[in-house]
Amino acid sequence: MTTTTSASRWYVPTAAPRRRPRLSEGARSERRLAALLCAPAVIVMLAVTAYPISYAVYLSLERFDLRFPALRGFAGLTNYVAVLTSAYWWHAFVVTLLITVVSVAIELVIGMALALAMHRTLLARGLVRTVVLIPYGIVTVVAAYSWQFAWTPDKGYLAALLPSGTAPLTGQVSAIGLIVLAEVWKTTPFMALLLLAGLALVPEDLLKAAQVDGAGPWQRLTKVILPLMKPAILVALLFRTLDAFRVFDNIYILTGGSNGTGSVSMLGYDNLFRAFNLGIGSAISVLIFVAVALIAFVFIKLFGAAAPGSDPERRR
Amino acid sequence: MRKRRGRLVRVPVLVVGAMLATVALVACGSAGPGPVVLNFYIPADGAPQYAQAAADCSRASGGRYTIQTTLLPKSADDQRLQLARRLVAGDPALDVMALDVTWPPEFAEAGWIRPFPDDVAAQVRQGTLAGPYDTGTYRGRLYAAPLNTNTELLWYRKDLVPDPPRTWDEMIRMADGLAARGLPHYIEVQGAQYEGLTVWFNTLLSSAGGSIVSENGDVALARGDAARRAVTVIHDLATSPAADPSLSVSKEDDGRLAMEAGQAAFEVNYPFVYASMYTQSEGVGKGSFIDAQGRPTSQDTGRRVGDVFGWTAYPEIEAGKPARVTIGGLDLAVSTSSRHPAEAFVAAQCLRDEPNQLRNAVDAGVPPTLAALYDNPSFQRKYPEWRAIRAALQTASVRPKTPAYQSISTVISDHLNPPAQIAPDTVVGQLTQAVRQAVNSQGLVP
Repeated sequence: MTTTTSASRWYVPTAAPRRRPRLSEGARSERRLAALLCAPAVIVMLAVTAYPISYAVYLSLERFDLRFPALRGFAGLTNYVAVLTSAYWWHAFVVTLLITVVSVAIELVIGMALALAMHRTLLARGLVRTVVLIPYGIVTVVAAYSWQFAWTPDKGYLAALLPSGTAPLTGQVSAIGLIVLAEVWKTTPFMALLLLAGLALVPEDLLKAAQVDGAGPWQRLTKVILPLMKPAILVALLFRTLDAFRVFDNIYILTGGSNGTGSVSMLGYDNLFRAFNLGIGSAISVLIFVAVALIAFVFIKLFGAAAPGSDPERRR
Repeated sequence: MRKRRGRLVRVPVLVVGAMLATVALVACGSAGPGPVVLNFYIPADGAPQYAQAAADCSRASGGRYTIQTTLLPKSADDQRLQLARRLVAGDPALDVMALDVTWPPEFAEAGWIRPFPDDVAAQVRQGTLAGPYDTGTYRGRLYAAPLNTNTELLWYRKDLVPDPPRTWDEMIRMADGLAARGLPHYIEVQGAQYEGLTVWFNTLLSSAGGSIVSENGDVALARGDAARRAVTVIHDLATSPAADPSLSVSKEDDGRLAMEAGQAAFEVNYPFVYASMYTQSEGVGKGSFIDAQGRPTSQDTGRRVGDVFGWTAYPEIEAGKPARVTIGGLDLAVSTSSRHPAEAFVAAQCLRDEPNQLRNAVDAGVPPTLAALYDNPSFQRKYPEWRAIRAALQTASVRPKTPAYQSISTVISDHLNPPAQIAPDTVVGQLTQAVRQAVNSQGLVP
């Protein structure tokens, strides 16, 4: 590891940690190796995330409509003003929040039940877990198409169960309900899987001790299992909330955003890829990014959700 | 250590080298000797006919060019998106493309398509119907040559409605009467939140003497009371028993299916419904069976919807003033990124010549743009409704010729959907405001 410095300087930034205590030669070269090993990943991340994100931020400050190349120019915050004063944005925002809150709440309850069932299954454990996971394994767009056909009057088997003449995908409330249903059906297994991992952390001894102390099944769930599972539940909620807020595929297929069912991602798509208005569309994308960052912030700082891998005990 | 580092560096170099070599090979691919390769981008509908035309034209060029067809998606939005993406990136492998009639102003303003040279434009004008020719022009120049056109007619059930209605009001009254007697009575029309709804509105508006934007691009919705009359018709239909419960999600194909199933008495739609009614596979052709009163039945009564299927001119707003139906169809354009524009313009002309347009009309069911074909007996034989179509094309209206048409269409269909909830007195003001923003590419589209 004690290579000549002239070659290694090529890889490592020369700004040596001056304020920190001097490291031993071995520790320094170990750091150097660490930086070296990280470098490809960091470069790739910069290329595929940092660059597009900063380009989107830059575009959001420009008046840039592909159809009017002559009008391109710096526009300051006008795109943000246009978005934030638009009734379309706030309508889509409320719809998105509604879908997020309702679907994540339902998923948590059903996911918990499924996780408990999977955890307790003694017979054919693998089969049960596989069956539960099937919806998650189906491509969202494919599943969304099958929902769409199922709810189309005269064609679908689910629409046939309704009184004739009702077209559930055409009403705002019923269509949002069906979007939530499709989301729940699709992602509950994911929730269940994360919760199952948390359930495995609950020591069996503790449950037995609680049982000996006279705690019933409900008390064991609420007083022992859930408190111990809190970190896992918060991570599951965080992941699903971030995901649900960006809901796109189900809406795109089921209603195309008509009848006031569009989410913020649909709005961004329509402005970018239908109107070719890169400035406004980028502003919407940046605002979605900010909203998602806020959600993550709230979960981590206020509820104390720990991102996987940031467990302080494992940190070095 | 040094050795190992050397290998680490060498691998990326090799990868980059291989990539560069591939790029070079691809770039060389189209520049070899022999006929020039022209890439022709075609929509999925009617693709077999366009591919046939491409093969015929390649053969007829005598080795000057060969046309390779590339299939675009089925939905118009996806076609436009793919073309725009390639054009923005300056894709040289895109020579001739079939554009929806609403796109030429947008593509021309963005600098994606070339204007036709004057001599070629003059040849295109020769013998082409005026309405379709107009769709390809922008700011006085021809940017796209009309390949085929399309226009809507009123299709109706001759058993239920012996005398077809002339106006929308009359049709709604007739449908109400049929509903009261418990007979099939729906009026099928495009009410979903998509471009079809804008087309319906544009046709009603033009028929009432109005327009969305004026010749010089100003928003003209608020002039006169044409817009209010147009939205009133939409609202009246949507709130009457004549409306299909699925009106707010109904597109062309939903209307066709409702008519073939025997549930509808009227259908405002394109001529493909005629071909569909009579050319379905054995046993299911000509739609559902109907009983003596005209209700659909599953019993073999020997009488089907197809036996009582008629057509007439598009309903008017004002009795005696022919409707000005919005023109559809496809235009052929040559991209600015093409390396062989001269050959591309020649090929575009060949692709829309008489034999090819006749084949598109007969096999794919899209009306031609060459006036001469409407007098061709073999076309008339395959196209019994040719008279109604030609008449409709003579009074046709063109959609607003502005680069912002897509945004205008989106905001209009947003404001008019669901049709039953339109407030005719206030919606025109909101529409005017929203369209004005869209024309200037300000604000959001829903």
